Amino acid sequence: MDILAKERKVKELEKQISELGNSEAVVKIKQEITRYKEKEMRKLSAWDRVLLARHQQRPTAMDFIQFMAPDFIELHGDRLFRDDHSIIGGIGTIDGVVFTIIAQQKGKSLEENLERNFAMPHPEGYRKALRLMQQAQKFKRPILTLIDTPGAYPGIGAEERGQGHAIAQNLLEMSQFTVPIITVIIGEGGSGGALALGVANKVMMLENAIYSILSPEGYASIIWKDSNLAPKAAEVMKLTAYDLKEFSIIDRIIMEPLGGAHFDKVKTFQDTKNAIMEEFNKLRRLSPTELHYLKNNKIRNYGFLQRFNYDNLGGIKR
Amino acid sequence: MTSIAKTLHKRKKIKNNLKIIQEQSSFAKAQKMDVPEGLYEKCPSCNRTVNMKSNIANDYICKHCGNHFRMRAIDRIRYIVDEDTFVEKGLGYITLNPLFQDGYEEKISHYKKTTNLDDAYIYGFGQINGQQCVVGVMDSYFLMGSMGSVVGEKVTKSFEYAVYKKLPIIIFTASGGARMQEGIFSLMQMAKTSAAVAKHSKMGLLYISVLTHPTTGGVTASFATLGDIILAEPGALIGFAGPRVIEQTIKQKLPDGFQTAEFMEEKGFVDKVVHRKDLKKTLAQLLLMHRRVA
Repeated sequence: MDILAKERKVKELEKQISELGNSEAVVKIKQEITRYKEKEMRKLSAWDRVLLARHQQRPTAMDFIQFMAPDFIELHGDRLFRDDHSIIGGIGTIDGVVFTIIAQQKGKSLEENLERNFAMPHPEGYRKALRLMQQAQKFKRPILTLIDTPGAYPGIGAEERGQGHAIAQNLLEMSQFTVPIITVIIGEGGSGGALALGVANKVMMLENAIYSILSPEGYASIIWKDSNLAPKAAEVMKLTAYDLKEFSIIDRIIMEPLGGAHFDKVKTFQDTKNAIMEEFNKLRRLSPTELHYLKNNKIRNYGFLQRFNYDNLGGIKR
Repeated sequence: MTSIAKTLHKRKKIKNNLKIIQEQSSFAKAQKMDVPEGLYEKCPSCNRTVNMKSNIANDYICKHCGNHFRMRAIDRIRYIVDEDTFVEKGLGYITLNPLFQDGYEEKISHYKKTTNLDDAYIYGFGQINGQQCVVGVMDSYFLMGSMGSVVGEKVTKSFEYAVYKKLPIIIFTASGGARMQEGIFSLMQMAKTSAAVAKHSKMGLLYISVLTHPTTGGVTASFATLGDIILAEPGALIGFAGPRVIEQTIKQKLPDGFQTAEFMEEKGFVDKVVHRKDLKKTLAQLLLMHRRVA
């Protein structure tokens, strides 16, 4: 039974509450819900987390921004081609600190998703992000990026306008900025499309978010030639927040309520905001040079490999 | 033993070790490997069979239609770098299996045997028509030239070596993208290599990237497209997403010539498409133009 089936059961129980007026029965059902959640939703498989990260009701980037920075002003366009709606960017105040906020935005309905292109950005989206980040660097504003994308859009127009070039340019520039950059992966973090906003001083991840090199479906279809094996692929790929924390790819996990962020949105927003401000208060004490050095040091150490030691070669027979 | 004798002894030992290292280098090992006389290959462009040996002598260019074949890294170095000037650097890297994937280690050891390389990238110091530079070459015969931790590390190292020696760097890319068997570690190599390019660029040094068939995925989206000057070989496939993925997404057939080097030149993402026969001359000329005047 996957997480969606469990969720349906919880929803059924909640529906019973609204039908029942009797207070005694309500208390009983509420207890049962808590017990059920505790028992079934505490430990989730990797595939469950994939399903939660893609959940229809999962809060989108705009929900986070509206809660954290109510005065958010959105800025449009890359000044070169057009405005990409799958990436939103602008300026907002979080706890009295002005941030440049850039995020990948999924839609809530089909129409909105078509407009947002299912949060799969085109090159102009990345160039808009870069423009806003350069602006932030100019005005010494910290940058906050929220990642939620299945990946960069693979299409004719995107290739013609240099998708690879746009992402590469973002990676290069982001590694050189000297303002604090904080990244939160709030849903799906798919491949280079996610990394193009994720070269940061602090990378945080919601508990049920995922971050991977390609989708589990894509992985299964390449390795086993069968995209139905995606649940198995999700286990193998190590894409959950806990795995990535162990690999020190991310710095911090932000806990979600039981059953996913959509069960208690306000608490998720509040926790995320607290985590962001906590990390920012650590970063703001550092000088620009320190920030640059620490970030580049961190990037330099990514990787998992070994080098043969040539120092003791004298004993080797030839 | 006196201190002088000690030093001499130490120096001798180091020299000895260096000799072993040179013998163990991929370049030395692969040079011993030869292609047998009677081996034929089909040209993917004109469908005629070509003798492999004479094809290699012809710089892997089809004598019938002028199609550029994929080139082994070792042949590329032999062709581009002046004779006896190449010194391979960054030896002894060992690819690990961070996600404990089934069959990955076997795959790696198989490719190690067939290509004689540590991983899909080798770099070193060399001269091109007398101009000193760092040359890095990806080998698409090694697991489609995919970028894992070792490739990312070696690319980064080659930039750092170029910074240390204050030399220009030339990288020949040929890759299917990031290596998915290493999962998130491969993805992070994109950030690592891009940051290395930035470090090199900040020193005011020249970086020429030459895109060869095929350059796609994570490599296109990192160091391949960050060159000061970007050259490409005719007919090379260059793009971010592979053609099959795009066709599946948009449910249409792609137009002819989509994502080729000429297409990218027309769209403005490649400085110049250079025929393989002119490549060495062009590179030498560019290096000469960027020579540091003391």
